Amino acid sequence: MSKVIEKDILVGTRVPKMDAPDKATGRTRYVNDMVLPRMLVAKILRTDRVHAKILRIDTSKARALPGVHAVITADDTPQFGIGVLKDNPPLKKDKVRCIRDEIAAVAAETEDICDEALALIEVEYEDLPPVFDCTEALAEGAPVIHEDRPDNIAMVNEFSSGDIARAEAESDHIVEGDYNVHYVTHCNMGVSCAVADVDYDGKVTLYSQTQYPFIMKMDIAPSLGVHPGDIRIIQPPVGGAFGSKLDVYPYEPICVFLAQKTRRPVKLIFSRSEEFIASPTRQPVEFKIRAGMKADGTLTFRDIDTLLNNGGYTSWGATTPYVTMRTCSSHYRVPDIKYRARAVYTNNPFAGSFRGYGNVQATWAIETHMDRMAEVAGLDPLEFRLKNANESGDVSPQGSKLNNIDLKGCLQIAADKSDFLKKWAEYKEGWNKPGRYKRGIGIAASLHNAGGAKIHKSDGCGTILKMDDYARVTVITGASDIGQGIDTVIAQLVAEELGIPVRDVTLVMNDSATGPWDVGVHASRTTYIAGNSAKRAALKAKEQILRGAAKQSNLTWEQLDLRGGHVVQADNGEAIIPLDRLLRQMHFAGQDAELVMVTDYYEPPSEPEDENHVGDMSAAYSHAAQVTEVTVDTFTGEVKIDQIWWVQDVGKVINLTTLEGQVEGGIAMGLGYGLSENLKIENGIVKNPFFRDYHVFTAPEMPPIDMTFIETLDEEGPAGAKGIAELPTIVPAPSIGNAVYNATGVRIYHPPLSPETVARALFDADAGKAMAAE
Amino acid sequence: MSLKVEIELTLNGATARASVPAHWSALTALRQTFDLAGAKLACGEGECGSCTVIVDGESVNSCLMPAVDLNGRTVRTVEGLWTDDGVDPVQRAFIEKGAVQCGFCTPGMIMQARYLLDRNSDITDAEIRRGLEGNVCRCTGYTKIVDAVITAARAAA
Repeated sequence: MSKVIEKDILVGTRVPKMDAPDKATGRTRYVNDMVLPRMLVAKILRTDRVHAKILRIDTSKARALPGVHAVITADDTPQFGIGVLKDNPPLKKDKVRCIRDEIAAVAAETEDICDEALALIEVEYEDLPPVFDCTEALAEGAPVIHEDRPDNIAMVNEFSSGDIARAEAESDHIVEGDYNVHYVTHCNMGVSCAVADVDYDGKVTLYSQTQYPFIMKMDIAPSLGVHPGDIRIIQPPVGGAFGSKLDVYPYEPICVFLAQKTRRPVKLIFSRSEEFIASPTRQPVEFKIRAGMKADGTLTFRDIDTLLNNGGYTSWGATTPYVTMRTCSSHYRVPDIKYRARAVYTNNPFAGSFRGYGNVQATWAIETHMDRMAEVAGLDPLEFRLKNANESGDVSPQGSKLNNIDLKGCLQIAADKSDFLKKWAEYKEGWNKPGRYKRGIGIAASLHNAGGAKIHKSDGCGTILKMDDYARVTVITGASDIGQGIDTVIAQLVAEELGIPVRDVTLVMNDSATGPWDVGVHASRTTYIAGNSAKRAALKAKEQILRGAAKQSNLTWEQLDLRGGHVVQADNGEAIIPLDRLLRQMHFAGQDAELVMVTDYYEPPSEPEDENHVGDMSAAYSHAAQVTEVTVDTFTGEVKIDQIWWVQDVGKVINLTTLEGQVEGGIAMGLGYGLSENLKIENGIVKNPFFRDYHVFTAPEMPPIDMTFIETLDEEGPAGAKGIAELPTIVPAPSIGNAVYNATGVRIYHPPLSPETVARALFDADAGKAMAAE
Repeated sequence: MSLKVEIELTLNGATARASVPAHWSALTALRQTFDLAGAKLACGEGECGSCTVIVDGESVNSCLMPAVDLNGRTVRTVEGLWTDDGVDPVQRAFIEKGAVQCGFCTPGMIMQARYLLDRNSDITDAEIRRGLEGNVCRCTGYTKIVDAVITAARAAA
C-alpha cells in the first residue's frame, strides 16, 4: 500500500526570512559594502547657498591633485533634468535652488583624496532673494525659483464631486481647521550609495538601491545620453529604503558620468549628515479643512485646500496628493467633496516619496478633524466614526470600489480590546482635576490602497519559474526586496502550490537583465502583485507536472495533486511517484522531452484615474485602526505611550512573523512622526543632520503593541491577502494627538508632539483660561 | 602618503597583523584591511551602533575607535560568532524570531546583544531595551529584536 501524504499548509505560518541567516552572520554584502576591481570612489561638492546664481566654478586645483581621476561640473555633462518634471539637472549650471544642490563631483583613488579635492574647488555665487514659505512663494513679486514657472507652482491636483454650496446649506454644523505637518526624512540605516560601471560599448551597469529598477532605466537614460536598453540595474541588498528610492536622484547619474569619464568602476557614497541634507523629505503640508455634518453627526461635505512645500525641484513628493486626495474623498462616507493641492516651489530641500505616500499627512489632518467633529456632534469618537464608516459595496466619490472591507470591524475591535469608551469618559473627567500626570486614550483609522496602485501604464509584475531535476525551484521575479521579505512570501506561495519545502525554492531577483518587468516596490503592492504572479506561475508549473504524471497513470491530471515532494491522488493523498523522479522522466524523454519552465505576467484588474481623478485605481482597499493610551507629563510636556492596540484588515495572513514585523516597524516610524522626528529646516538650511538631534525611536521608547489581524479574504489577492506595509506608519500620529486631547483638553494641530510643543500648548491654554477668567 | 602603523591583534580567535593608516578608525581597518564587512558604517559618529564590535569584552562603537588602538586587543566581530559549534544562540534567535528585516543594523545589534548576555544572562526585558538604546533600527520597531535576545538568554540558561 502506498503512503498517504497530507497537504502542507505554508500560508499563514511563521516562516523565517530567507535572507536572515546571511544578514545575521555578516555574510550579506550591501551596495554600501561593494568593492569592484580598480574601483574609484566619488564625492559630490554641494552648494552652501539656498538660492544663488553660479558665476564661476574653478576646478583646476582639484584636477591637479595627485590621485584625482576626474572632476566634473555641468559643463562636462548633458544638461537634462531628472525627476517628475525633469526640472533637476544632476549638476547645476546657472543657479542653485536649495542647499543640497550639486555643483561638482570628484572621482579619486581614496575618500581622503576626494575630500581634499572638493576643498580645492572654488565657486563664486551671486545670492538671489530666497523664499521658504508656500504662501510667500505664491505672493505676487515673490522670488521665482524656476524661470519657466513664474508662479512657483510645480503641480496642481484638484478633485470635485457634488455641490459644496448645497451641502453647506444643508449642514447643521460646519467645522473648520488648519493642520500643518512637518518635515521628516527616511533615515535609512544604509546611506545613499551607487556603484557604476561602463563598458567599452557605452553600456552602463548601475548597482543601485533603487526601488523601481525597470522604470528607472527609462528615467535615468535621457540624463546620461544613453539608450535605456543599454542600462542594466543591479540591486544588491539595501539598508532600508521606505520610499526614498522611487526616483532618480542626482547622485546616480553623477556616479555614471564619473565611470564614463574614468573608464573605471566608481562608487559614490553619502556621509550620514549628507544623507539628512540631501535625501528626499516627506514634506510639510498645510491643510485647510471645512467639513459639514447633519445634527445627528452624518457627514455632508469636505472642502480641503492644501499647500505642499515642494522645495527646489519636483520629485515624487509633488504627486503625493494622488493618495492624499483618496483619503480626503474616500475615508468615511462623505457625499460632497472638493479638494485642491498645490505643490509650491521654495528654496528648501526637495520632497520625495516616503512610506504612506501623502496618506501620513492626510490621516493626521482628517482623523484629528474627525475627533473635533465628534465633539461638536456630541458623540464619542468611536460612535461618530462608526456612524460615518464605509462598508463593503460602497463606491467612493473618486470611484474606489470598497469591496470586502471592514473599517467598522477595525474600529470596534480596537475599541473593545482597549476598553476605549470607559477609559475615554474617565480620562476626560481628569481635565480639571489637579495632578502632574494625565492619562488619555485616542483612536484613529485610515484607508489605503491594498492591491497596487495603477499610476503607470501597467501595475504588473512578471515571474519566470523553472524546476530542476531534483525538484528544486528557481523563481525569477521582477519584484524588489528592500528588507520587507518578499522573497520569503513568494517562496511560501510557490512551495505550497508545488508541495515542496520552502528551502527548496531559490529566489533570483534584483537584476534588470534577468528579472521580468515590475513597477517597483511601492504602494503596499508587492505581496499582492508579485505574489499573485508567482502563484500563477506555480499553478502553471503544477499543471504541466500533473499532465506529465497523468500520461503514466490511469487518472486525469485534475485528479492529481502535489504534496510532500510527490505526485499524489488528490482525493485520498496516496503517493504515486516522487516529484523529482517524475521531473527527470519528463526531462530525459527523447523527442518528448520537456523542462518545467513557465512564465507569468500579472496585471491587476484596477484602472487608472481619468482626467477628473476618478477611477478604481487599486484592486483592493484596506483599513486599520489604532487606539493609543498615553500619559502626559503636564510639567515637561513629555508624552509617554503606554500601550497600543492595532487592528488591520490584511485580507489573509501569509507570514505572521514578517507581517508583525512590518506592523511593529511601521508603527515605530509612525510614532516617530507623531512624537519625536522633525527635520528642522530654517531658512533653507537643515539644522539637525544627525541621529542625536533628529531622534528616531529607540528600543526603550517602544510601547507594547496588541495586534489583531482581520482576514477578509480578498477575492483577487494571493491566498486572499492584501497589501499591508504602509497603514502602520499612517495611523499612529493622529491617535496620539487624540489621546493627548483626551488627557489634557488641549488640541494640538501640528505634529510632532514633542515635549516643547506639548508644554507650550498646555501653557498657552492655561494662559488663555487665566485671561478669560479676568 | 599617510603614516601607517603596524598593529597585531587577536581577531575572531586568530592572530592578525596589518599595517594601517594612522588616521583610520577601527571600523575602517576591520572592513577594508581585514575584509570583515559585517560591522557597518551608518553614521561614523557613534550615534547608531551599526559598527558595534566587542573589544576585550567591552562593546565598542568601532567607528569612534582609532585603528591603532586595536593593537594588542582581542576583537570579536559578527563574523566570529559562527564557529565550529555552530552559529551563536543570539544569531539563531535573530533568524528564527524575525528580528532581521533590511539587516543593516543587525550585526551591530547582535554584537551588542552578545555583550549584554555575556555580562548578564539573567537579563530582563527592560535591561535589554536599555542596553540596546544606542543601536538604531529603522525597520523592526525593536519588538522582535528584544524577543530574540530574551530567547537567546533562555536558550543559554
